[in-house]
Amino acid sequence: MSNKYPQILFQNRKPDRIATMAEYKESGGYQALADALSNRSPAQVQEEILDAVLLGRGGAAFPAGRKLETVAEDAPHPRYVVCNADEMEPGTFKDRVLIHADPHMLIEGMILTGYAVNADKGIVFIRPEYEGAAKILEREIRFAEKEGLLGENILGSGYTFFIDVHRSGGRYICGEVTAQLNALEGRRPNPRKPPPYPTQKGLWGQPTISHNVETLCCFPHILRNGARWFRDLALTETGAGTKIFSISGKVNRPGCYELPMGVRLSEIIEVHAGGMVEGSTFKACLPGGASTGFLTPDFYDIEMDFDTLRKKGHRLGTGAIMVFDQKTCLTAATVNLLEFFARESCGWCTPCREGLPYIKHLLTLIENGQGSEDMIPTIKKMSAQLWNSYCAFAPGAVAPVESLLVYFEGEVREHIKLGRCLLGD
Amino acid sequence: MLPADLKKNLQTKIATVSHPRELVVDVLFDIQMHYGHLTDEAIHEAAELCGMAPVEVEELATFYTFTFREPVGKYVIHVCDSVVCWMNGYQTIREYLCSKLNINMGETTPDGLFTLIPVCCIGYCDRSPAILVNRKVHGSLTPAKLDQLIEKIKMENPAHVE
Repeated sequence: MSNKYPQILFQNRKPDRIATMAEYKESGGYQALADALSNRSPAQVQEEILDAVLLGRGGAAFPAGRKLETVAEDAPHPRYVVCNADEMEPGTFKDRVLIHADPHMLIEGMILTGYAVNADKGIVFIRPEYEGAAKILEREIRFAEKEGLLGENILGSGYTFFIDVHRSGGRYICGEVTAQLNALEGRRPNPRKPPPYPTQKGLWGQPTISHNVETLCCFPHILRNGARWFRDLALTETGAGTKIFSISGKVNRPGCYELPMGVRLSEIIEVHAGGMVEGSTFKACLPGGASTGFLTPDFYDIEMDFDTLRKKGHRLGTGAIMVFDQKTCLTAATVNLLEFFARESCGWCTPCREGLPYIKHLLTLIENGQGSEDMIPTIKKMSAQLWNSYCAFAPGAVAPVESLLVYFEGEVREHIKLGRCLLGD
Repeated sequence: MLPADLKKNLQTKIATVSHPRELVVDVLFDIQMHYGHLTDEAIHEAAELCGMAPVEVEELATFYTFTFREPVGKYVIHVCDSVVCWMNGYQTIREYLCSKLNINMGETTPDGLFTLIPVCCIGYCDRSPAILVNRKVHGSLTPAKLDQLIEKIKMENPAHVE
């Protein structure tokens, strides 16, 4: 495969099996941990991460270093590190691939995060569909413990940190940080409204740092090679590091590709994903999972990094690119996305629980040729109101709807005018 | 009633954690494995083991995708209907399964072998359309592949009558 870019997170990725601990160590694994434990203070680790401008890879793009800083030095113990491996954003499968490629990278990343905030325990919260990955992690955690890299008195440093794997019962809302804390406590996973923020009072009321799998995997590399090196991996001035793009839909080679932050969308599709499938032309894509807006052909050459997309009113999200072709009705696709969100809404707050099925109903009528013109302003108004809901779920859910009505309003109206879907079966 | 050894196993596991309720999902999965689904009795047993009120356990049992409050077949087939699978032929897969098993989505075959349930994105978009059979993924599906899969399960369960 023609990938001219440095492979950092995927450096030990193999086509048919996971990398062993020995292979991870061979490639420099656990050096950052040994170095941090003997030569760096937790504050220095935090500083390096902050300086690297590592933005959260789970979709929210919050600076990982700033999150670490919000745990007060005199905060109570036990303190927790939660690894969010609940990856349920439609189109996203990078965390599964990462765990299957090189599990010790995640384990080392968690220990380093733990050390940075002097945490006592790490927990991997994993979706039940990823049972294979959960088993891999449990086994590799034991290997790390046997070698003194994890557990009591790590490498003789006096620092103690344990990691557990926690299986979810399976719901999208569990990926939301505060809902995940409720899930971990055996409570119904409704989101919590901060403040207090989880870094002050999180799991069991204790200080808790939550990071996505991919974010944690960046930690060892940043600490080993330096913040400057990490920032320079990106092609754009504002970006930093590499990004695992999971690409799917109407391309020849769907899959996960590690590319520099800021790589152009056109290059991802044409070079790395092997181009559009025969007979398909690019109509639009969702750039970062189901809760991002459609990118039209006008954005085909856009540099894929958090800042560039934000400036254009878009979001990079999880970097899960779902490609739609000219034969796919985006009204129907949006109905499908709404079906997902309406089903997965936790039901805790009214705008989300009632609003999403309502919008879905109106858009379904339009798709089926039973719509009327007045439904469009209603959908717009309802979507705007969903921003008043309790957590970020509903604003994410209406992102595709709102962008459908910005970029493809003509196509939606055509359904109403013709009384049918031009692209339907 | 839970068999004594299962109950003892769960109690031992729970004794190792600081907050028994943190294990409630694991406990529900284990009890579900025993009963086949979460009966009223199962909810009460899980609640007692985890030091929770039965209603708190009920809140979870009815909330999660992989906890079943009603009887399900020995093989639960979750058919992904999220956007990538939808784009890549989910409908064909669903219709084929429904007609082959002669049931609708949400139903169980009369012999108690299969249950069909739609499910949200399972994270195998690179191998769509995909399904889970008892939480194990099968991807890049075609009717021929489904035939093989179903026939294999049927062969392995020759005398399965509820």
